[in-house]
Amino acid sequence: MTELKLPSIDYAALAPILIMLGAALFGVLVEAFVPRRLRNPVQLLLALAAVLAALTMVILNADDRLITAGHAIAVDGPTLFLQGAILILAAMALLLIGERAVERGGAFVAHAAVTAESVDDRRQAAGAGGTTEVYPLTTFAIGGMLIFVAANDLLTMFIALEVFSLPLYLLCALARRRRLLSQEAALKYFMLGAYASAFFLFGVALVYGFTAGVPDRAAGVDFATVHAAVGESSSSQVLLFAGMALLAIGLLFKAAAAPFHVWTPDVYQGAPTPVTGFMAACTKVAAFGALLRVFHVAFSGAAWDFTPVLGAVAVLTMLVGAVLAVTQTDIKRLLAYSSIANAGYLLVGVLAPSKDGLSGTMFYLVAYGFSVLAAFAVVTLVRDADGEATHLSRWAGLGRRSPFFAAIFTFILLAFAGIPLTSGFTSKFAIFAPALDANQAWLVIAGVLTSMVLAFPYLRVVVMMWLSEPGDATPTVTVPGALTSAALVIGVLATLVLGVAPAPLLDLATGAAEFVR
Amino acid sequence: MEQTLTFASAEPTGAVAFATADGLLGSVWLLVAIPLVSAAILLLLGRRADRWGHWLGVGAIGAAFVLGLTYFLQLRGLENKQVQLSLWQFITVGDLKVDFGLLFDPLAAVFVLLITGVGFLIHLYAVEYMAHDEGRRRFFGYFNLFVAAMLLLVLGNNYVMLYFGWEGVGLASYLLISFWYGRPSAATAGKKAFLMNRVGDAGLAIGIFVLFAQLGTTQYDEVFSGVGALSQTTVLVLGLLLLLGAAGKSGQFPLQAWLPDAMEGPTPVSALIHAATMVTAGVYLIARSNPIFSANATLQLVVVSVGAVTLLMGCLIGAAKDDIKRVLAWSTVSQIGYMFLGVGLGGGAYALAIVHLLAHGFFKANMFLGAGSVMHGMNDQVDIRRFGNLAKYMKVTWLTFMMGWLAIIGIPPLSGYFSKEPIIATAFERGDWTSWLFGSAALLGAGLTAFYMTRLFVLTFHGPARWTEDIEHPHESPKLMTVPLILLAIGSVGAGFLLSTSVPDWLTATAGLGGEHAEHEAVLAHWLITALSLLVTVLGAGLAWYLFRNGTATAPQPAGVLVTAARRNLYTDAFNEAVFEKPGIFLTRALVFLDNRGVDGLVNGLAAAVGGGSGRLRRLQTGFVRSYATSILTGALLVVAAFLAVQAGWLA
Repeated sequence: MTELKLPSIDYAALAPILIMLGAALFGVLVEAFVPRRLRNPVQLLLALAAVLAALTMVILNADDRLITAGHAIAVDGPTLFLQGAILILAAMALLLIGERAVERGGAFVAHAAVTAESVDDRRQAAGAGGTTEVYPLTTFAIGGMLIFVAANDLLTMFIALEVFSLPLYLLCALARRRRLLSQEAALKYFMLGAYASAFFLFGVALVYGFTAGVPDRAAGVDFATVHAAVGESSSSQVLLFAGMALLAIGLLFKAAAAPFHVWTPDVYQGAPTPVTGFMAACTKVAAFGALLRVFHVAFSGAAWDFTPVLGAVAVLTMLVGAVLAVTQTDIKRLLAYSSIANAGYLLVGVLAPSKDGLSGTMFYLVAYGFSVLAAFAVVTLVRDADGEATHLSRWAGLGRRSPFFAAIFTFILLAFAGIPLTSGFTSKFAIFAPALDANQAWLVIAGVLTSMVLAFPYLRVVVMMWLSEPGDATPTVTVPGALTSAALVIGVLATLVLGVAPAPLLDLATGAAEFVR
Repeated sequence: MEQTLTFASAEPTGAVAFATADGLLGSVWLLVAIPLVSAAILLLLGRRADRWGHWLGVGAIGAAFVLGLTYFLQLRGLENKQVQLSLWQFITVGDLKVDFGLLFDPLAAVFVLLITGVGFLIHLYAVEYMAHDEGRRRFFGYFNLFVAAMLLLVLGNNYVMLYFGWEGVGLASYLLISFWYGRPSAATAGKKAFLMNRVGDAGLAIGIFVLFAQLGTTQYDEVFSGVGALSQTTVLVLGLLLLLGAAGKSGQFPLQAWLPDAMEGPTPVSALIHAATMVTAGVYLIARSNPIFSANATLQLVVVSVGAVTLLMGCLIGAAKDDIKRVLAWSTVSQIGYMFLGVGLGGGAYALAIVHLLAHGFFKANMFLGAGSVMHGMNDQVDIRRFGNLAKYMKVTWLTFMMGWLAIIGIPPLSGYFSKEPIIATAFERGDWTSWLFGSAALLGAGLTAFYMTRLFVLTFHGPARWTEDIEHPHESPKLMTVPLILLAIGSVGAGFLLSTSVPDWLTATAGLGGEHAEHEAVLAHWLITALSLLVTVLGAGLAWYLFRNGTATAPQPAGVLVTAARRNLYTDAFNEAVFEKPGIFLTRALVFLDNRGVDGLVNGLAAAVGGGSGRLRRLQTGFVRSYATSILTGALLVVAAFLAVQAGWLA
């Protein structure tokens, strides 16, 4: 009988993850045992409390730099910074998800199983209380994201990927209005997501094969082994490069980089807007957190080889996002393409190998997350009798009808366009400056040029809101409930503060910008 | 001009050092914060603040004035009268360090007192003036925002802060000009102001970039200490860019056209923003940057020329206008021309220009508010041909307006005499033939000013009544409007003498404004200039009285070449239209013609290319999962192939 040796586990360091997953399981029990009318407040409070508790643990752990759970989880600066970012942004998204005052019953369907567009469906669209399973689903997704950015081997990363992807597929299907569009989006996202996961898994297998060539070292998929193998493995380099390419594809899919972005506009448009905001902010953080870890920790020895390829992907992503944004007529699709272009800018940061590049990318993720959640919060408010009015022509003259919200949205769009005094400017600066230092001028030039193209669709919306006469079709802006107001205030203030005084967060990111191996 | 050298040499190479603000002056940021918070409250609370909002607005400015006065008294007791307060590092990237800091020095102090003092009176007046407007709370919100931005502009300790304030006042001005956005003319005027200001602002922004590129800093003290090391060409380019910014904001040639149109806004706005404070920001910029402007003689010549051209132009056009607010607006353009003339002359004339600026703030605000009072009593009529004989009905307005009128044309002992006459005299002291040129321009301007202001005054308050039928009995305005008028009239009477005796000495402690300057021999004796300027003033005023004492026709009359030209703003609008607008429209049409198959509405060729490409690429987004999967697979194959190609060394 061989003796079973248990790996040492630092429960305090894992606490944020455990809290989120525990809260999700508890949420499932709440569904079963709490009376229907109490479920919504209980679930919302439970989810928010879990996020706050996890955030507290992240802050308490701030000085941890360790690898635990048998080399599966690395708790280091980037992990903690990104986990904190995911939790704060997720709290904002939960506020949007929990909003019940803007629309009777919230943005979610009451019974997802009712046939779309049937009589029953129309009845429930008119105001039945929304499903409360969204909270445990969201909590599971947050837990998965927390593992994803902390994963220290490729298998843990894969499992985390699935843990946060599956709830997201479901969440996409739960829109109260335009059910068919929502269900179609969810199915597309699921199928393409499964497809991309297969690439990732195949990549893991190839990399595992490659690590087998290291003398005196067992094969494995933890990043330390992979890192060592990049330098010394005697296996065929084809295994390494093919594996690296396939891993990258799986991650770039989640990050919505071209040409793996195709799902983004459809899913962003179809999903319930609070979920779209959640995906645009938190999934982005998680995906780039994983990309940073894989390419800075595991494959850093091959930087000379992957930089040109990923650079080309970055340029293509910026181009596709910026150019396609120009002709969009739906505000959610416009924001989707803007999110694609931003993925391109973030890749520039990933490819700047310095500490500044790492901290700049992390800063960008946070700044962008706040702005994009605020943008989607405004989208939830511009509505007519049929729900949200997302077609751009409907936004014409909004500045006359609702100058306050039009001004907020203008501010956010200006932030996206990178106008100084907004976080959009400081974060682009934080990413492009290290890229220039790393002699990646071509990426920066592409970034600046596409930003100029991208400013056009943003400004078109601004011009439309302020300089067009409001027509009969111009919807009104619903006065937001307390939850949406809170999310909106946080997002706008963060966009402004990070634009005016970015130094504290930049310092924090710089202090956290070191991986452990 | 006798001045004492207190701390800094006037030589541009001299080092400039600011003391740190402590004690009471450490809270100088409150000056900006109070109006800003009040503006935020007014704009964010919405209708809930409708009942008391205007009083909050007035109170905020009153508090700022009291604070400003306290700081001013505090400053008087200090050794180094320039204190700065660094709040936080605003931008720190590489070598670029921009401080979010404030500088309170004698120049800033007098501006603070002007902005908050005159601002407070105008706010008070506006409570009544806007009483029947349902947007009154919003109006006060914007008005407070303006004051906050203007204070930031004069209090910043570097050019970037100045630029923030600069843009802030531009924004507030734009919002207030188009305050009655329902009127198409107000909306158009707002846009015109916005666009022309952009031209100037671009100049200022590039100027700041040049500063940073050349000196690596935008802090006033470091810039002024380092400007001596720059080449003459750099200083010239830099100065011209700053001048462009100043001309845009102050309505100087060639960017003067927006200011008269800006009168579409409510009258208190015209009084505060477009007469007393914001439009003088250009003068402030040049006075603040005096080490730069003093470092290059050509630059000074350009500034003087701009001032002289504008002052004559404003007089000529002002004499031909019939709209009471436009006449005052062109007179503002012309008076700021005098200030530019002053700051361009350099040396001791900087202080003279500031004195004229302050005095002008009083008497012009006084006259604008007087005009508002007249309009208030005459159903918003603005045509001076339809006034007349109002002296009988609006005693307070008449008397206070008279003080303003006598002040602006420079009758001793009212303030205009003490502030304008020294500038004319200094213009004669340049020492070469340009003395004659600029001296006589300034002198001629004085005569013309007397003519058109007297015309305005006589046609409005005297002669036979030529009112429209709907007015039977014009009424005097309520107390809340007349009290500020009276206070401003007192300022118009007394401020000149007080200011001209105290301010030049006070300002010597400002960086670069103190110290000795080479005095040129005046080409004419001082007493002769004084006598001449009084003579042309009396002549101009007398001529206008003679011509208009019996009223005027109520419809436009055929006129000679000069008057027609003046009525049409000396064809500057036509010039703008022919040189900028027409080719612009033609170019746009041509592009649309070339591009009519592209996306409609895109007039820019590049944008059309992007749009066309976008439209084509968009078709790839079919909505079918199978085609998405295909595109992902293609992308995957390409990425794998690229990695393998890199590994095989094909791409390296």
